[in-house]
Amino acid sequence: MLLIHCPYCDETLPEAEFTYAGQAHVVRPADPSGESDADWEAFLFLRDNAKGPHFERWRHLHGCGRFFNAVRDTVSDRFLTTYEAGLPRPDLSTLTEDQP
Amino acid sequence: MSSHRVAGKGRIDTTRPVSFTFDGRRYSGAAGDTVASALLAHGVHLMGRSFKYHRPRGPVTAGSEEPNALIGTRRGPGRFEPNTRATVQEIWQGLETTSQNKYPSLKWDVGAVNDAGYMLFSAGFYYKTFMWPKSFWDKVYEPFIRAAAGLGVSPSEDDPDRYASRNMHCDVLVVGAGPTGLAAAHSAALAGAKVVLVDEHAEMGGALLSDPDVQIDGAGAWTWLASRLAELRALGVRTMTRTTAIGYYHQNLVGLCEKLTDHLPDLPADTPRERMWRVRAKRVVLAQGALEKPLVFHGNDRPGVMLAGSAQTYLNRFGVLVGKAPVVLTSHDSAWFAAFDLADAGAKVQAIVDTRDSVRDDLRAGASARGIEVRLSHTATGTSGRLRVKSLRVAPLRADQVGAATEIACDAVLMSGGWTPSLHLFSHTKGSLTWDDTQTTFLPKDTPEDCHIAGASRGLWGYEAALVDGDKAGREAAQALGLKIAAGRFEVAQDRTGSGVSHRELPSDRSPARSKAFVDFQNDVTAKDLRLAVREGMRSIEHVKRYTTNGMATDQGKMSNINGLNIAADALGKPQPQVGLTTFRPPYTPTTFGCFAGYHRGSHFEVTRKTPIDGWAEAHGAAFEPVGQWRRAWYFPQPGESMDDAVRRECRATRESVGIFDASTLGKIEVMGPGAVEFMNRMYTNPWTKLGIGRCRYGLLLGDDGYIRDDGVIGRLGQDRFHVTTTTGGAARVLNTMEDYLQTEWPDLDVWLTSTTEQWATVALNGPNAAALLAPLVEGVTLSDDDFPHMSCAECTVAGMPARLFRISFTGEVGFEVNVPAPMGLRLWELLWERGRQYGITPYGTEAMHVLRAEKGYIIVGQDTDGTVTPYDTGMSWAIGKKKPDFVGMRGLARPDLQAPGRKQLVGLLSEDRSKLEEGAQIVFDPNQPVPMKMVGHVTSSYDVGTSGRPIALALVEGGHDRMGEIVHIPMPDRTIAAKITPTVFVDPDNARLKL
Ligand SMILES: [Zn+2]
Repeated sequence: MLLIHCPYCDETLPEAEFTYAGQAHVVRPADPSGESDADWEAFLFLRDNAKGPHFERWRHLHGCGRFFNAVRDTVSDRFLTTYEAGLPRPDLSTLTEDQP
Repeated sequence: MSSHRVAGKGRIDTTRPVSFTFDGRRYSGAAGDTVASALLAHGVHLMGRSFKYHRPRGPVTAGSEEPNALIGTRRGPGRFEPNTRATVQEIWQGLETTSQNKYPSLKWDVGAVNDAGYMLFSAGFYYKTFMWPKSFWDKVYEPFIRAAAGLGVSPSEDDPDRYASRNMHCDVLVVGAGPTGLAAAHSAALAGAKVVLVDEHAEMGGALLSDPDVQIDGAGAWTWLASRLAELRALGVRTMTRTTAIGYYHQNLVGLCEKLTDHLPDLPADTPRERMWRVRAKRVVLAQGALEKPLVFHGNDRPGVMLAGSAQTYLNRFGVLVGKAPVVLTSHDSAWFAAFDLADAGAKVQAIVDTRDSVRDDLRAGASARGIEVRLSHTATGTSGRLRVKSLRVAPLRADQVGAATEIACDAVLMSGGWTPSLHLFSHTKGSLTWDDTQTTFLPKDTPEDCHIAGASRGLWGYEAALVDGDKAGREAAQALGLKIAAGRFEVAQDRTGSGVSHRELPSDRSPARSKAFVDFQNDVTAKDLRLAVREGMRSIEHVKRYTTNGMATDQGKMSNINGLNIAADALGKPQPQVGLTTFRPPYTPTTFGCFAGYHRGSHFEVTRKTPIDGWAEAHGAAFEPVGQWRRAWYFPQPGESMDDAVRRECRATRESVGIFDASTLGKIEVMGPGAVEFMNRMYTNPWTKLGIGRCRYGLLLGDDGYIRDDGVIGRLGQDRFHVTTTTGGAARVLNTMEDYLQTEWPDLDVWLTSTTEQWATVALNGPNAAALLAPLVEGVTLSDDDFPHMSCAECTVAGMPARLFRISFTGEVGFEVNVPAPMGLRLWELLWERGRQYGITPYGTEAMHVLRAEKGYIIVGQDTDGTVTPYDTGMSWAIGKKKPDFVGMRGLARPDLQAPGRKQLVGLLSEDRSKLEEGAQIVFDPNQPVPMKMVGHVTSSYDVGTSGRPIALALVEGGHDRMGEIVHIPMPDRTIAAKITPTVFVDPDNARLKL
């Protein structure tokens, strides 16, 4: 069972308190009706299938209830970092597996 | 004294005799014996039959890696366990054990004809034999396989035992309490770490228990062990025996299965049978040791053929000579020490047969001093004996040529093909391995976990090496936690170091096709099977494994993996590391389901949510159905009524007078705040800005893909406050979706979302007399069409209770839903029940609710929709706020495929023959087309107990909205039913009944 650091609670807690919520930084357009079919399809359906660091969302469901973002390495299954929703993507080159 | 017990040997307590039975026969043993050691003490080697060929088998090992000696153990009703390893199960007074895979008896077994048919049952046998004819599957092949397959017999009764689970946190967890683990625990604890030391055996010590003559720090091994254990306890080390580390999971979580009662004659009332520990350790030291490999030669599975190290364990730990005239067959130095120990205990060792052409002088001198004949450069080509080995056939090797064979009479063959480091838990960590050509084995390399591996499990041999390496691992674990300690010192005398070589199957003069040289004893896989698999095209070790089942038995190939790899690599003509090792997976040893389930069984398996009115329903004979985690009253049968009778009566009573329904399970979400209206506009398809305070609206929730996700009536209780209801099963999902959009897409909105599902009890009254019954109890609202028309809501008082009152209908009748604080729900229900008698009030359940709503064409999300249905498909374009700039799903609805003609649309269906259609049945336009027919939709809802006078159905049909009045066909197994497409509303299409 993974340990996950909730950036809002600032606690590292067992995976069982959290739920996965899909890829991160997929922004819903401000005016969806102005989107082309292709752009809307990309927003709805097209997702990365990263081997390595993956930006993804988690929710501290059985805790503070907040959605937050994480970078997880899909090969080692380690969290490289977690950060609050709305913050920009962290620089991957600064991340190591030793972060909480 | 039993026939093979050696006085003064072993750690068993012969002053405490223990009697038990095996296959109905009574045997005596001593406290500390396992079933295997106690039977061996009586000269009994035959303990089971093999899985595929039903060959007679005895124990090959003295530990948890045992593939052969699997038995059933019984302790009264419900306490039968199959496939227990006789080498692990401790005996207790009254224990009943039985052998497996035999009929009618262990000595005379009918299934052994499989052994004679050996040529047929080769690798891939199941894949090849049971292919055709197809019709043979049900009647011939499957019953045959079911009868023949399976290990032991499953228990059929409920398990009366209890299983516990616990969490534990520590600085250093040490797995394995042999010399390496003891040293590691010691240095880590001395450094100040909080240490836990676990071992799967009944007592700690590992190999030291089998080697008492080794001297450590000037004391005998057992004396040193006792003082070291006392010291560890004094240092605060938690020591746990009979505790197996079954799996190594992410971030240093290790699962431990602690067996607490299987060795006790009387079960303590307050102790679970097993306890699952979830240990989160800052550092883990793996000191699992090494497992001895068998040699692969014809007849190496005969009872009496055993690993040399295990024979040594039986002698030194249990005081048992596994044979009085054993022959030792080896390619490793370690077996020489076994020969010496057995000879010193009185056995007449017939010979030491070594495959190597030279061995160390001290070993040869030891043999010579004991008068043991030594044969170097020899191979073994067979054994004789039916139920017990009688002789070993050996032959000299000259430049790989097998010379003239001779027979050595014996009553046991002690074999050693070298040792395999136990890398199971290390592999669970996704640790990488490296091939060591010298030792012909894989060694641990890197691991992503905070893990150290030491001693024999990384290929070191000898007690001093193990102690020094364990000490170092403990020290390094402590250092990683910021604790410092100097290196420990160990004075070891009479150490038993050694080395050896590794083999494929031993060279033989026997035809390979006729050779039964077993690699995997438990699954009856031979060297021939592995070579055949390669000849038939298997290239990867994973394919060879699955084709032959090598290593797939409950021992997970603990003994067979490296031998199998050596043979497969040879057959493939590739070096071993290019062929690779199969993956080890948890659990390390077979683990009971009870241990994993822990407390989560029976009513604790899953939460059952009950409404405040649930007890009333139960007292009034309700039948219940699960809906999500809720149990809901399904219908209320009166004496003698069938389900159909009851539902028909409930429906009629509701249409004719008044029905009462517990709607408390509906999801309820309070949406509050200055941004509440805007939030509702963005979430739901409907427009909310102009909805007046005190009015309700049916709300439809889509996904951004445009498909229906949920629905429910939503009341506006204030400028900034909505009372949102959801489907019973969808409540948590809807709240999660709302939170998602609110937190991450629209953080600009000032809105709070609160689940209030369990804060309100909801009682629904439906029927022409609903208003008459309710009105006298309501303060603050006049229940008239003018003052409180359909789709109104209000905060008021009902029977003195604070209430949220809704005038809404899911039945087509005049309807009210009264929400009162949950603790008052039952009181309100009982009051309405009492006062409703004058109207013949009838409680109805979810089934009648479903029928009544279907008659009105009201959909149930998840029944009439399936995640690919739009509001247009269900004919609910009226629910869409077309002037809104956006809502979740608006852009999705404009996707070309959702606008395309020929989509499946919700319609009514009336069968021409007035039969009830089957829910889920497929629909076709042309019943005479060839099979496979083009399916154009399916029946989503169907009832024949309603009030419309005939069976009705709802269905999704391609282009259905433009096919009113057309006939479609529903092919069933016995006939094809014709049905007419109709509108979805079967009762009161003008909604006249909604008026007072
Ligand atoms: Zn949190």
